[in-house]
Amino acid sequence: MNSLAKKYPEETARILAQYPADQKRAAIMPLLHLVQRDAGFISLAAMNDVAGLAEVSVTDVASIVGYYTLFHDHPEGKIRLQVCTDVACMLRGASDYLKAISESLGIQPGETTPDGLVTLEEVKCLAACDRAPMFQSQIGAEIEYHENQTAEKTLDWLQAMKASVKGGE
Amino acid sequence: MDKLVTLTIDGRSVQVPSGTLVVDAAKMAGITIPVFCYHPKLEPVGMCRLCMVDIGRPAVDRATGQPALNEDGTPKISFGPKLETACTTPVSEGMVVWGATEKVMAEHKDMLEFLLTSHPLDCPVCDKGGECPLQDQTLKFGPGVSRYIYDEKHHGRKNLPLGDLIVLDRERCIQCARCIRFQDQIVDDPVIGFFQRGRSLEIISYSDPGFDSVFSGNTTDICPVGALTTSDFRFGARPWEMKQKASICTQCPVGCNLVYEVRREAKSGGKFVIKRVLPRQNEAVNELWLCDKGRFAYHFTESSERLTTPLVRRNGELTPASWDEALQAAADKIRTAGENLVALAGGRLLNEDMYAIKALSQAQKAKAYLYSRMGGGNWVTRAGMTPGSNLASLGKGSAILVFASDLHQEAPIWWLRVKQVAERGAKLIVASARKTRLEKFASHKIRYAYGEEESVLRSLLEGESEAAKAFVSSENSIFFLGSDGLGAAQTAAAAELAAEWLVRSDHFGKPNNGLIPVWQTANEQGAWEMGLETPSSFEQTLSDAMGLYIAGADPASEDPALSDAVQRAGFVIVQDLFLTETAKLADVVFPVQTVMERDGSLVTGERRVQRLYPAVPALEGTKPDFMITAEIAVKLGAMFELPSPEKAFAALAEDVPQFKGLDYARLAEADVQWPPTGGKDMYFGGTANKNTQGVGVTLERKTEDTPETTAVAFPALSKPVEGEWLAVPVTSLYNAGLLMKASDLLKNRTPRGVFMMNPEDAARLNLTAGGLLTLQQGNFHGSGTVDVKNDVPQGVLLVRREMNIPLEHPSAVRLAVTEHESNLDR
Amino acid sequence: MSELFLLRHREIPGLNQLKTYTANGGFETWMQTVKAGKPADVVQVVKDSGLRGRGGAGFPTGVKWSFLPNNIWPHYVVANADESEPGTFKDREILELNPFQFLEGLMLASFAVQANDSYIYFRGEFSEIFRKVEDRVRELEEKGFLGDNLFGTGYSLHLHPVLGAGAYICGEETALLESIEGRLGQPRLRPPFPAVVGLFGKPTVINNVETLTNLPLIIGKGAAYFRSQGTDKSPGTKIFCLSGRVKKPGNYELPLGTTFRELIYTHGEGILNDAKIKVIMPAGASSFLIDATEAALDTPMDYESVPALGAQLGSASVIVLDETVNVSDLVNSTVHFFKHESCGKCTPCREGTYWMAHLTDRITSGKAGREDIDLLKTVALQMQNKCFCALGEFSISAVLSGIDKFRADFEARVEK
Ligand SMILES: Cc1cc2nc3c(=O)[nH]c(=O)nc-3n(C[C@H](O)[C@H](O)[C@H](O)COP(=O)(O)O)c2cc1C
Ligand code: SF4
Ligand code: FES
Repeated sequence: MNSLAKKYPEETARILAQYPADQKRAAIMPLLHLVQRDAGFISLAAMNDVAGLAEVSVTDVASIVGYYTLFHDHPEGKIRLQVCTDVACMLRGASDYLKAISESLGIQPGETTPDGLVTLEEVKCLAACDRAPMFQSQIGAEIEYHENQTAEKTLDWLQAMKASVKGGE
Repeated sequence: MDKLVTLTIDGRSVQVPSGTLVVDAAKMAGITIPVFCYHPKLEPVGMCRLCMVDIGRPAVDRATGQPALNEDGTPKISFGPKLETACTTPVSEGMVVWGATEKVMAEHKDMLEFLLTSHPLDCPVCDKGGECPLQDQTLKFGPGVSRYIYDEKHHGRKNLPLGDLIVLDRERCIQCARCIRFQDQIVDDPVIGFFQRGRSLEIISYSDPGFDSVFSGNTTDICPVGALTTSDFRFGARPWEMKQKASICTQCPVGCNLVYEVRREAKSGGKFVIKRVLPRQNEAVNELWLCDKGRFAYHFTESSERLTTPLVRRNGELTPASWDEALQAAADKIRTAGENLVALAGGRLLNEDMYAIKALSQAQKAKAYLYSRMGGGNWVTRAGMTPGSNLASLGKGSAILVFASDLHQEAPIWWLRVKQVAERGAKLIVASARKTRLEKFASHKIRYAYGEEESVLRSLLEGESEAAKAFVSSENSIFFLGSDGLGAAQTAAAAELAAEWLVRSDHFGKPNNGLIPVWQTANEQGAWEMGLETPSSFEQTLSDAMGLYIAGADPASEDPALSDAVQRAGFVIVQDLFLTETAKLADVVFPVQTVMERDGSLVTGERRVQRLYPAVPALEGTKPDFMITAEIAVKLGAMFELPSPEKAFAALAEDVPQFKGLDYARLAEADVQWPPTGGKDMYFGGTANKNTQGVGVTLERKTEDTPETTAVAFPALSKPVEGEWLAVPVTSLYNAGLLMKASDLLKNRTPRGVFMMNPEDAARLNLTAGGLLTLQQGNFHGSGTVDVKNDVPQGVLLVRREMNIPLEHPSAVRLAVTEHESNLDR
Repeated sequence: MSELFLLRHREIPGLNQLKTYTANGGFETWMQTVKAGKPADVVQVVKDSGLRGRGGAGFPTGVKWSFLPNNIWPHYVVANADESEPGTFKDREILELNPFQFLEGLMLASFAVQANDSYIYFRGEFSEIFRKVEDRVRELEEKGFLGDNLFGTGYSLHLHPVLGAGAYICGEETALLESIEGRLGQPRLRPPFPAVVGLFGKPTVINNVETLTNLPLIIGKGAAYFRSQGTDKSPGTKIFCLSGRVKKPGNYELPLGTTFRELIYTHGEGILNDAKIKVIMPAGASSFLIDATEAALDTPMDYESVPALGAQLGSASVIVLDETVNVSDLVNSTVHFFKHESCGKCTPCREGTYWMAHLTDRITSGKAGREDIDLLKTVALQMQNKCFCALGEFSISAVLSGIDKFRADFEARVEK
């Protein structure tokens, strides 16, 4: 039995209802978002569930997971701290801002803190160019913008957040 | 016929059907436009950008709407600012294409330089070296030097197995997606795909087992680089070392054309050995494809278990004997048995062998039969395919009915061809007792319970149902008859009903109409054509015999009752490759040769006679079946002579009307086929071989004594009583049969279970997948593991053929869940 | 200062609440239009208005609609809310603060082409906005503005918000369709065009969020009213996303044809630390670089004038650079963006962006020689006009114009 459909009967049904009956494949991405909200990442088992519901091969699902940067096929830090260093932000000090954070966390972009809580990432333009520097936090599938940042501001927020995700366990 | 369009390519005027792509039009005119992602059998995608050419179209005068003209009155041609991809652009009237200008050549060079920036420099150890489109086109169109810094090359995983059969080298991949598109579009097995994007794009397979497709080998033929290789051939040889030997696949009745590529090797004493198998183009049979069984199962010819000397039974023991001794012994026995001799010819014998057996028993006034678990071929000779038939020509307006067959497992290439006919708009009716891969493409599905076959057929004959109407009313209609859950007697009856229907609805005796039997072995149709038929009951026939002469058949291993009958026979002569169960019971055993060692011919289920040629020297001490028979005949006082396969075939053609006028020369004729492939066209169609050794000839219909349908007796199945189960024999592509035993490659693809059962049933016996089950039928006990599958109908036990549990026809059996380890399984 | 229309929410607080929106005339145009039941008239008004696509291509919207064949059904409308062009952040403001006007626009477009199901494709990073819009769509269904047999006319409309997952290329309309269909977001071969073979193989209109947000005005107050602003060929107002080295970055809704100078110096209040302006990128990372001369600054921002400067208006994402910036750093940044976003389908973009990124890395880190500047240029030229879609072509704009116009910046980095 499909454990995703079992766990989220309404959501899965609602998602499938969005598309023509012969286009179940279109449900892959919404279903993957559902999985990631639930687990923080997308396991092979989950890919199989999605494949079953969308009536495609698990390879087709894996392919989608691999193509889109917001899908993750393995767990990383509970908090993904994604700093935009694209043109407009670069022009407003994003590089120094990222450097400061990376130093105080003691990890390079792309790495995760030893406690497994925070993963620091460099990302492309997030359509917040007028409020640089900025970062986006991804916790599970919950994505939030944090604009007009300074390293201090960000690190304070991180402290508070760490406490709450720890508490959330 | 589409209307023709005239265009100019490199100054040459070309006429092609409208809708033709520029790249194909050029090819037809003998002009090469380099391609990577384009393949004539796949939907164009225009990804690799290698094929860009300069395309101009007649300009139109805005004001008048008339074609604009130059001063000299010639039409003005306007070229766009950009080059266009020849592989995605259809021709149009008056189009002007330049495929070799400086601008175009520069484009080819630029794309090749791009591709090479992230391609490794391991050509010297790459299997594709020597037949590599990237290599060849770089030499022809590419830059001499790269301006790219080698250390900055993108690196990827090398030697990554995608399952047991195919190995991937991600550094060599050029992202043309030919393999992915083949698996998706052509064989509907999307088990490989792209992962990530941009320069990080890489091939993955998440199926279990990896690259789970019975057609996977074909991707290595169309891959334009060394990214996909078979684990069978990897590092095996260089292309230029090998000779191509034309042959025919004998794994199923489709008769795919192929080549065995051979080279001499020290480790086999300087003898030629087979290094790999490649498809040989035959657009009327297998196009450019092979299934993995045909590609990888050839290893039995190298098996160390083959017989290499005649054996004669001396005081109870089978002991080696000289040919002369053995032939004499056989002849003496046959003489004494006289007309009470019964000869059995197996369905994998060649025409020449069968004919020799027929001749010998005729001379003896004895009976000769085809040994098969499927009957009805006599109807096929009259209502089967006729000259001019080709599944590739069917589409809208045609109908195909597939009855009691899981084509995907029983004859994969027919599955593929039928799927394509359906995709071209034909009506596809799938009638079966369980879900099969073909249903997805069916316009009409008929699902019945095992045992209801007769009533389903009769209701089709009555013609009330939509399905029946679709079949009858179509211009061309073909009936595929399989043996899923049917034994010899039932299939014989089914074939008769099918033939009756085809005759009534006038779907016989003309091209692309009639009955196609999904035989369990390669050449059963050949036997039927020359009058070797199956008896109403093998058990009876064998029991009545005073002596048995059995070639290429193993009844003892397939039915306990037959095993008893063989033992009761006065004497038994066997011709085989291996010491089979039947051979073990024999008085005289002759060692024979494999098709790879032979010259001869076969008849496919589509009634196409095809010729095969020797690929490797015969194993020391063996002889071809027909020759053994002929030599026995000589000992019996030279009733006839068959000095060579060619003469044997000539004699057959003399004797059997459908073969009139055929000879080896005729069978060796080949014509030009589209798309071009192999040789200098490898970059286009892949490494499949051009067919220069014969595409075969479809037999004329057997006309005398046209179908006289009798009141068909459809033998009822033994109804299971309380505590019994209905056990039903089904065919799976991979099995534990003789011809597969020797292929280590395919071992892991052989089904886990001998039995297949529905989850509910399994639960009731509290069995889980992989559990052991013992089947009891009369005095026979056999156990094996169980596959639990939703597609299995409730209440029946499916028994896979050639998995060591004998079950000739559906029977009521008793079952016991066993603890002890099975020795029969796998 | 012209009257705000797309950014009305700046004058009417709480406009992203349905009651506030309706209290200010929201959905009246919708009701009247549906009740009037004349889709062809709607298409005509939009044609007359001369509205041009705000997503980048600037294609006349009404004309695009009229390409849909009337013998193939169903028709679909897809709103492009993928907003991913670096320097672009206008659709986001609309979706957050003036969402109902956008939705009404999308609904009007759907009615115009008689679509019964329309999709909104959000970039994955907009998941918060996406969820809010989902709620608002439900709200509209409850209030009877959406659903079956609307206002008893027999016309039905359902909106389906869809969330992407991080891929710039999905802003390209055919890649977007692939993505909705559950495939890799890679562009499709054209022809056939989406207007004929689009979403799920059916005729489809794809419009940008801002484009659609214009419709309530155009259909409500008429083409002439809309044309009263902007230029003849580029009528109406446009949101200009101002970012980079300016004092007051942000979105500014101004008539098309406003000069760069007015945007940057009047609205943007000039350059940070009053430094000297050096470069203007009018269309985000995809721009050809404009040398910010006095003449350039006085150029009106519309679909005709900007090309005269060797660039294009695109989505009007105006990124400003001052003299403190070395252009090679900028080019390095844009090249890395496109390398990251290349879908990998076609050779020149997949390999070319990868190659260029290695070159700009070496150049900006002083590990390159002068010849690498020329190599970079030839690699870019080698890609030009050969890519499968525009992304690959965009990726070389800054490279080519950067080297041509600001070669000194590159040389400063290589000569040691
Ligand atoms: C690489 C690429 C990225 C694009 N990104 C966007 C985008 O983020 N948003 C958008 O509305 N249009 C984008 N477009 C333009 C769309 O393809 C399409 O032209 C537009 O959405 C049509 O809507 P319009 O006519 O209202 O402008 C992009 C085009 C390309 C080639
Ligand atoms: S240019 Fe080619 S690789 Fe780049 S995004 Fe377009 S199709 Fe993909
Ligand atoms: S683009 Fe034409 S062959 Fe690849």
